[in-house]
Amino acid sequence: MELECTSVHIRQCAKTYPDGTQGLLPSSLDVHPGEVLALLGPSGCGKTTLLRLIAGLETVDQGGVIRFGTQEVTQVPVERRQIGMVFQHYALFPQMTVQANIAYGLRLRGVGDQQLKQTVGELIDLVRLKGFERKRPAELSGGQRQRVALARAVAVRPKVLLLDEPLTALDAKLKVTLRDELADLLRRLGVTTIHVTHDQQEALAIADRLAVMRSGKIIQVGEGEALYRNPKHMFVAEFLGRINRLQRTPQDIVSDTVTLAQIAVQCPHGPWPDIFVRPEDIQLKPLTVMQPIALITQRSFLGDRIHYRLEVAGQPELAAEAHRDSPYRVGERVSITIAPEHFMACESEQ
Amino acid sequence: MSQPLSAHRFPLTLALLTVLVTLFMLTPMALSMTAGLVNNYSRGLASGLTTRWLEQVWEGYGDTLFWSLVIASSCAVITTVVGVPCAYALARSRSRGARLFEELLTLPVAVPGLATGLALILVYGQFRYFRQSFLFILVGHIVFTLPFVVRTVGSAFANRELISLEEAARTLGAGFAHRLLGVLIPAVMPAIVASALMVFTLSVGEFNLTWMLHTPLTRTLPVGLADSYASMRIEVGSAYTLIFFIVVLPLLWGLQVIANEVQKRYGT
Repeated sequence: MELECTSVHIRQCAKTYPDGTQGLLPSSLDVHPGEVLALLGPSGCGKTTLLRLIAGLETVDQGGVIRFGTQEVTQVPVERRQIGMVFQHYALFPQMTVQANIAYGLRLRGVGDQQLKQTVGELIDLVRLKGFERKRPAELSGGQRQRVALARAVAVRPKVLLLDEPLTALDAKLKVTLRDELADLLRRLGVTTIHVTHDQQEALAIADRLAVMRSGKIIQVGEGEALYRNPKHMFVAEFLGRINRLQRTPQDIVSDTVTLAQIAVQCPHGPWPDIFVRPEDIQLKPLTVMQPIALITQRSFLGDRIHYRLEVAGQPELAAEAHRDSPYRVGERVSITIAPEHFMACESEQ
Repeated sequence: MSQPLSAHRFPLTLALLTVLVTLFMLTPMALSMTAGLVNNYSRGLASGLTTRWLEQVWEGYGDTLFWSLVIASSCAVITTVVGVPCAYALARSRSRGARLFEELLTLPVAVPGLATGLALILVYGQFRYFRQSFLFILVGHIVFTLPFVVRTVGSAFANRELISLEEAARTLGAGFAHRLLGVLIPAVMPAIVASALMVFTLSVGEFNLTWMLHTPLTRTLPVGLADSYASMRIEVGSAYTLIFFIVVLPLLWGLQVIANEVQKRYGT
């Protein structure tokens, strides 16, 4: 099943609710044709509001414009906006069979029986639900329901597919499997997709690009890897993974270094009073001269890796991550190294 | 298997208490019904069994039974047709007026039926044909039972899941009529059936409002029952009770079975 590729352009869209709360501050965003874009942020950041504005389930404040390709849809009601949406708890019609759920939108459009049967059959194959056509949603597992919801949303050949936390209702283990499956399915459909989630792993696994949001604002947009490696904003760095904050002295700033246990370590040039490094970028080695010394205060075995807490003179406590065979124990002293390119400088608050 | 004595003793007391309470409740019912089958109540079974009281009741009050059922079914149908859209509107409206209306709607339940009946007579009493027809009683029953429908179905409509269902239907292109008939009503069907059943039951048994509204030619079953208790022998009143049980209980059970089937079909 081939779907249309439309771009989405959002210009200065804001949402003020009747009680005066600002769900979304004026925001602009472009989604490329056929791209999967994740709106990522903690709860209450405005990501769901933005999705509902794009869907047409909420009206945009005066002055905002939403375009699908060249067509302006700001005032088009949701029924005629040609979107497909997967809801958080799927919202499958409980009294209808899987087949009837998927066919619902097509039936409303007056699609003939022959065509209907063929499209629904194709979709059932696509989401691997053969044999479940006559079951009701209550008889399906969480993962199956999610696939029915997806099939129902794409059956009407939407211009844009909107996913509202599509994996939240599933348990942790299933989530990982279905995450990859969903990513694969979206690539095969090639439909422009906007995916709302608060789970950074999910966003990184499914989306081509992420828009990280906080307090009703889009903070940074970019590819997941770029955002992870070069966050412009401290919030983005923290939200996408864990980070350590290292403090720099005025002398450090002049000499492009950061001081760890009286040893100056090279870092990128810039006037930042703090500089950041991810736990996995701190390498632990046996004691070596002229390298910063750290005392291991905690060691947690996490299966595939080991998590350490380190005490480094002159700095707040650091978190480090190492391979599962890393031999160091609590109370041991080790040397640490950080490659200069692994330091991240970003705006701290605002 | 032997159990500790103490564990045995308590349930025994409890069972005895249950039997006593049950007997206390059932004896009047049983006695009242059998009273309708004996020739003379004061002499008891010794006076012999008869069906003549039953026949007399059927002759004199058979039509009240018929009209009660007609009114109850019409009432269930009309309150459903009127109440379901009303419940939807109230569940979706966020205005203060809607909240106020919701409060007012429950008034007929709280206000004594006699007062409601009097109000209806004051306003519509001069419309002779209306006043003298069963329609007048039906209107009273609708006023009294509509709140039950609106409340029951309204809370089903207010369910968060249903709001998502409606939004899902909208994203798929469904207009209002399609959403209401194709998605929302089937989703709240168990609540609709339950409320219709409740309305039917309330209407069949309604006495005090109906007593105000009835005329000698428009009597429902409970009104007829009161009439027979007041003006006839005790055996006739009891026979009437017996007929009520014979006809109405199986009907209610039957409806309950249908309702359960609907629950199974539409329940999630």
